[in-house]
Amino acid sequence: MTAELTNLTASEARRRLDRREVSALELTEAHLTRIERLEPHLHAFITVTAEGARAQAREADRRIAAGESAALTGIPVALKDILCTVDAPTTAASNILRGYQSPYDATVVRRLREQGAVFVGKTNTDEFAMGSSTENSAFFVTRNPWDLSRVPGGSSGGSAAAVAAGEAPLALGSDTGGSIRQPAGFCGVVGLKPTYGRVSRYGLLAFASSLDQIGPFARSVTDVALLLAAISGHDPCDATSVALPVPDYAAALERDIRGMRIGIPREYQVEGMDPEVARTVRDALAELERLGAELVEVSLPHTTYALATYYIIAPAEASANLARYDGVKYGLSIQEETLLDAYLQTRGQGFGPEVKRRIMLGTYALSSGYYDAYYVKAQKVRTLIKRDFDQAFEQVDVIASPTSPTVAFGIGERVDDPIQMYLADIFTIPANMAGLPGIAVPCGFAHGLPVSLQLVGRAFDEVTLLQVAYAYEQATAWHTQRPPLDALLADAPSGGDEG
Amino acid sequence: MLARLGLEPEELERMRVQLSSIMEHIDRLRELDTEAIPPTAQVITLQNVMRDDTVRPSLPLAEVLRNAPQHEDGMFKVNAVLEES
Repeated sequence: MTAELTNLTASEARRRLDRREVSALELTEAHLTRIERLEPHLHAFITVTAEGARAQAREADRRIAAGESAALTGIPVALKDILCTVDAPTTAASNILRGYQSPYDATVVRRLREQGAVFVGKTNTDEFAMGSSTENSAFFVTRNPWDLSRVPGGSSGGSAAAVAAGEAPLALGSDTGGSIRQPAGFCGVVGLKPTYGRVSRYGLLAFASSLDQIGPFARSVTDVALLLAAISGHDPCDATSVALPVPDYAAALERDIRGMRIGIPREYQVEGMDPEVARTVRDALAELERLGAELVEVSLPHTTYALATYYIIAPAEASANLARYDGVKYGLSIQEETLLDAYLQTRGQGFGPEVKRRIMLGTYALSSGYYDAYYVKAQKVRTLIKRDFDQAFEQVDVIASPTSPTVAFGIGERVDDPIQMYLADIFTIPANMAGLPGIAVPCGFAHGLPVSLQLVGRAFDEVTLLQVAYAYEQATAWHTQRPPLDALLADAPSGGDEG
Repeated sequence: MLARLGLEPEELERMRVQLSSIMEHIDRLRELDTEAIPPTAQVITLQNVMRDDTVRPSLPLAEVLRNAPQHEDGMFKVNAVLEES
């Protein structure tokens, strides 16, 4: 019974809750039990909020009984620990924010709270979302549910692993260069990065403000559409959120994709591409063709420069955003004789190596004398990358590619080589540079690990992405595959709270 | 120094090596002629989003100061920056 409840999608759970076949409290308890059993092995959560979840579930049951349920009333949701919540610490997986209690909720959190969603906990991430493996968390490494010796991807690795492992049917993450899509791919779940401006970032600890977006994880495209609808829309607290109407994403799913034009970028044959992954993605494209879509070769000639452009723009913005962590207002504070020494000690000890690396890179790219050569140059190349997409979208409706060039890699394999680590995001970064929406959908297995198909769409056209992803999902059974966790559940350990 | 990060000597050496390899990768951008290309700072067309200049409630002071290591009279407190003369 319990295992069955944690295997439900949010949409299936919604039906059962509304028919009173299960209560929100039972659904929540089933997930909390699974979290307690799996967490000593997975480490997907930084904080599990069991008591808060039970209280929210009881409230949801009252709402359902009163016939006032919304789409997410009583549905368990995991939140990346970079989203501010008033009732649990928000750490960004950094020692500089250990124990920080936000005085406000992020807008996305407030919206889910208003719907009566149940927050089961805050998930692990690379420190300040900087990384591709969740190994940069200052606290611990999250394991991939498909193979515990491998990374879950990152930076939203905790959210991806939690959804894949059935610890929650839904989760939120953030995506600056692929941090939703890449871990969704490594963990075999669906993940969507909305268009820049679609979702309010108020209460998302800022990394790179011209690139960051919040988005959903789920085990089905339908559920991703459900969660996207709940968080989308204009917010006066985020001036970059756009006042466009939010379409009915769920209603768009079942539209036919016959005649849809799907672009295949010629430049995506990259060095380091795993041939098994390439073959699996080719099969997925053939399936889309069988469903009536037309495959069209397109050219995105500046793709090869996207990674270099990203590693100027993102660190530059991060170096400015992270200046606020100074030990004066909140977080770690090391007292020294002078204020300058207090800054140096607090930041020197509070930030981990990847965050320091990026702050230095960004400070350098913005410093006088190098500003034009690096920062302005990167912004100009960004224009070229965006133009590539504009031209491609004159010919096609979506652009398809692998989400990542490889399957999940081993823990520790790439930590000493930043460039190798950064290459994991080579297919996801261009969409952030151009502000476009992207979805990662499970499309098979290579070496026994999940492979993912990425679809990128026109700005504010999440509908078409969801439509193509849904058609593919209905035609295949990859999304019904679950990681082999029964052995871990059998030898139930006692306790195992991550604190 | 500009980044206000206190680094240990061995940390500094490791960063030097890693940052050099990243800079090497970044230098590929020089291949591109971008003389006539305008820069893109952000991708949505919104500009100068304004709101009415009206008084609205702020976050409660006590809630905001709860995280502060030192505060006094409703303000964050730091060590003296200027010498007393």
